[in-house]
Amino acid sequence: MLTPLSWLREYVDIDVDPITFCDDMTMSGTKVEGLEEKGKDISGVFVGKIVEITKHPDADKLRVCQVEVGREAPLQIVTAATNVQVGDVIPVALDGARLAGDFKIKKSKLRGVESNGMMCSVEELGATREEFPEAPEHGIYVFSEDVKIGSDAKTAFGLDETVIEYEITSNRVDCYSVLGIAREAAATYNKPFRFPKVEVKEIGGDANDYAKVEIQAPNLCLRYAARIVKNIKVEPSPKWMQKRLVACGVRPINNIVDITNYVMLEFGQPMHAFDLECLEEKKIIVRCAYDGEKIQTLDGQERKLDSSMLVIADASKATAIAGIMGGEQTKIMENTTTLLFESATFDGTNIRLSGKKLGLRTESSGKYEKGLDPNLAEIAVNRACQLVVELGAGEVVSGMIDNYPNVRKPWEVQFSAEKTNKLLGINLSEDEMVGYLKRVECEYNAETKMVKVPTFRTDLETNADLAEEVARLFGYNNIPVTLPSGTPTVGKLNFKQNVEDMTRNVVEQCGFNGCLVYAFESPKVFDKLLIPEGDKLREAVKISNPLGEDYSIMRTTTMEGILSSLSTNYNRRNKSAKLYELANIYVPKAVPLVELPDERMQLTLGMYGNIDFFYMKGVIETLFEKLGLLNIPKYDPNCTNSWLHPGRKADVIYNGEVLGYIGEIHPEVLDNYSIGEKAYVAVIDMPTLTKYATTERKYEHLAKFPAVTRDLSLLTKVDTTVGEIEEILRNNGGKILESVSLFDVYQGDKIDKGYKSVAYSLVFRAKDKTLEDKDVNDIISKQLSVLEKNGIELRK
Amino acid sequence: MKEQLQRIKEAALSKISTEGTIAALNDIRVQYLGKKGELTAILKGMKDVSTEERPVVGQMVNDVREAIEKALDEVGSKIAKTVRDVQLKNEKIDVTMPAKHMEIGHRHPMNIVIDDLKKIFIGMGYEIVEGPEVEFDYYNFEALNIPANHPAKDEQDTFYIGNDILLRTQTSSVQVRVMENSQPPIKVIAPGRVFRADEVDATHSPSFHQIEGLVIDKNITMADLKGALAVFAKELYGPDVKVKFRPHHFPFTEPSAEMDVSCAVCGGKGCRMCKGTGWIEVLGCGMVHPKVLKQSGIDPDVYQGFAFGMGLERIALLRYGIDDMRLLYENDVRFLKQF
Repeated sequence: MLTPLSWLREYVDIDVDPITFCDDMTMSGTKVEGLEEKGKDISGVFVGKIVEITKHPDADKLRVCQVEVGREAPLQIVTAATNVQVGDVIPVALDGARLAGDFKIKKSKLRGVESNGMMCSVEELGATREEFPEAPEHGIYVFSEDVKIGSDAKTAFGLDETVIEYEITSNRVDCYSVLGIAREAAATYNKPFRFPKVEVKEIGGDANDYAKVEIQAPNLCLRYAARIVKNIKVEPSPKWMQKRLVACGVRPINNIVDITNYVMLEFGQPMHAFDLECLEEKKIIVRCAYDGEKIQTLDGQERKLDSSMLVIADASKATAIAGIMGGEQTKIMENTTTLLFESATFDGTNIRLSGKKLGLRTESSGKYEKGLDPNLAEIAVNRACQLVVELGAGEVVSGMIDNYPNVRKPWEVQFSAEKTNKLLGINLSEDEMVGYLKRVECEYNAETKMVKVPTFRTDLETNADLAEEVARLFGYNNIPVTLPSGTPTVGKLNFKQNVEDMTRNVVEQCGFNGCLVYAFESPKVFDKLLIPEGDKLREAVKISNPLGEDYSIMRTTTMEGILSSLSTNYNRRNKSAKLYELANIYVPKAVPLVELPDERMQLTLGMYGNIDFFYMKGVIETLFEKLGLLNIPKYDPNCTNSWLHPGRKADVIYNGEVLGYIGEIHPEVLDNYSIGEKAYVAVIDMPTLTKYATTERKYEHLAKFPAVTRDLSLLTKVDTTVGEIEEILRNNGGKILESVSLFDVYQGDKIDKGYKSVAYSLVFRAKDKTLEDKDVNDIISKQLSVLEKNGIELRK
Repeated sequence: MKEQLQRIKEAALSKISTEGTIAALNDIRVQYLGKKGELTAILKGMKDVSTEERPVVGQMVNDVREAIEKALDEVGSKIAKTVRDVQLKNEKIDVTMPAKHMEIGHRHPMNIVIDDLKKIFIGMGYEIVEGPEVEFDYYNFEALNIPANHPAKDEQDTFYIGNDILLRTQTSSVQVRVMENSQPPIKVIAPGRVFRADEVDATHSPSFHQIEGLVIDKNITMADLKGALAVFAKELYGPDVKVKFRPHHFPFTEPSAEMDVSCAVCGGKGCRMCKGTGWIEVLGCGMVHPKVLKQSGIDPDVYQGFAFGMGLERIALLRYGIDDMRLLYENDVRFLKQF
């Protein structure tokens, strides 16, 4: 909200510089967002009067003016402007002046004729034609009112104004006004707050005889106050009023509309003026719109309403959308003779929801949305009438139409100085605290210990709220800095968090870089990943108001994220990339959601570039080893993930449970993601991994006795997996088989077609003795006999 | 015999002195001292020497042997040294040739920041807690004193799944879950993802990270809040950082504040980064609203405490000088490897 400092000063003495003022207001709770010292960069511009114009001897387009600027003699100014005449009063920048855009004016000669400065347009003074609608386009500004020749043009323009922008929090609707800010400034500096004296000169009669107000929706309209003004003379409002409106970002229109806006800025109470003659049967009916009812609003648009929206209607039609915008039909025209000023209080939520439905938000609705104090309505309408009289814009009929069934009265809040001290960690006396509360117009009854809260402070309900008032006026920076006492606590990661941390460490040590991926994605990913119709993965949590279809479902697999990231890298010509992600998938228990979905953290690894399946497998096994999963994992090639190469994929199984999968990406999916080379992924379900992870370790004695190594070369059918062979070797290796390592796989001329040779190195060792040949031979023959039963023979 | 020994000695010594390789020296050793060597032969002839002379001759033989051995050792080690010198010379490498790098992965800058914050708060005695990202309206809003129809609940801010389920807009939702499930003393932080319907641009993302803190005990004051967060700020931004608390409004704390830290770029003088103010807004905080305590089953007449929350992206962007938030989600390895 924008507020000119000069306006504030009408109600409170501010004797600090603007920057200090901004800091002080921020620290007492009214946050300053910006400070604009208008005309700060402009200097040396005065009001001048053109007393003579002659032609330039050497230039057709230039004219030589003699300008009176309050000095002994007029100064000569050469100008190219065509819109000035003798007698015009204009702003003139003299030698040494500074104009907008850091433009300096110097005495000079134009085509041989001396010029002592420059006559200015509004733009050159850093203003705009929006602020000064009367200013000519591409021309010198000509003052229309009485300004003193030789005075500072900035003052004449109102360009010496300091405008401050405040961020008002939603709980302080009372601060959405000049008076609200002034009240806060008075509290901040503990200075008197001069509330304006509102007195209306009336001409008799009774407003109630001119119009009738009926509230048909009392829950949405808490109060409807109205007054009647006769013999309206519609004309532009005076400059001083226009300048204030402009400074606050409001466009001047005419005296009546300007008065309603002025009062809204000053008191925070939106107002509306209806042409009484246009109200059928001179009736105001506050009711909900009919479904499909139409109204043409002041911005010229036709709006279609529904029954949730509140309207101000006359006997036959809606004449305004309550609190949001007036209607075209009843607006103040130049020929309006009698008007009705509306000053009403509408339900904030209803206004907000209606505004949202209509896509229409105005200065007025912005104030109503926060929930206004109905007690404001009366003084605001009186203030408007007072201004009407002051401006000579009309005559005010006595009396007020006031429909206010439930009067809001001040309420009381129990206050405890002791509790307040205990909450804030300070040590103030009750008197000091009460002093602060008084500054914000809260009255304290020392006997009952009750604080009476003014009706505009709906945010004050509990002792904690009052404590905040005390704290902010005492100064947050005056509250001491201490450390929490009481029961000591131990900070730590829990086991799950530790496992995640270790997982990150291991995969990073394996060369993978952490990445971040959105949790929501497009439903198109299911097709990109070749996931069949009806697959459970397609049952995703849907966002009802997504940023677009591409962000509309919560992911059920992490593939889109990792493959998109690999694709980004590939298409930016990065030779290789290893990425990992540790984040959730969202598995709904049922769609639509009744319960929260199962959020399962997934470790996802993805890579391309001079690398293969077994590298990925190595990373997974390294991770398992580090996390204490010391049994040997199994790999089941029958995993069902559609996005993997059918011959290069496996579920990772530990203790009979699927922990995740590894695989090469299906070529079709690679195409879908524009990845031009083989890519590999692995996904591990962290909750399942964590189940088996352990940080417990037991020391095992280092081997004392020598090992015996035997190499076995085996012959088997091509489709036997080495996993099957290894399993047999291990299961029959007794206690002394220490390790099994594959060192050669051969297929070719030297063996039968359809067969392959697989060579292992077996290491045997006993903990308690040096092995003898016989010990080892026994084991090997047992292994061989089982292998043989499975069609695997010793190669001869 | 004496002369013979003398001859052997001289011949051997002169041979040794002219040899240049270890192999030749070994040959000489064999020629004189080996089993069939000349000196050995003399020893074998000792049986012909008279018993009186034997010790004398024996002594002489030993002297000669020692002299030869000594010469062999001396020349041998000289040669070895020369050989080693040559070897060292030949093995000289150009140490400015490129290094062979270990390929180690890098942590994402967001996670580095989260880890740093976790470490700081663990050091201060906080536990790390988590809560769901898809959350009930109740935990995200209602229990935090944000009733139905509060402007913050507007669809334009919140992603909804259904009427009462949404994507959490703040990690404050975890506060309520913690209070429901435990009794004071409570001292936790909850880092995590939050979601708001902001279009993606250089400074906005519909998905970002926050960290929420909650401390509740019998005598936790606003002064403690200031103290705890000042310590935190110094740990994160360095010992010279200044902090400032400004009044603000959050529905779930009362009194509420925002904390600013002195701008690290200009040291508080005012620059583009801090919009000339010298301060950067880093977090929101306040004393937990008594309504919130009560709603979550904690007696506000016995317990009080503070809560704080901050966005983490900003910390990462400021710390690393990253000028576009979108980089965080692109996952270009050239970006990731810088951290």
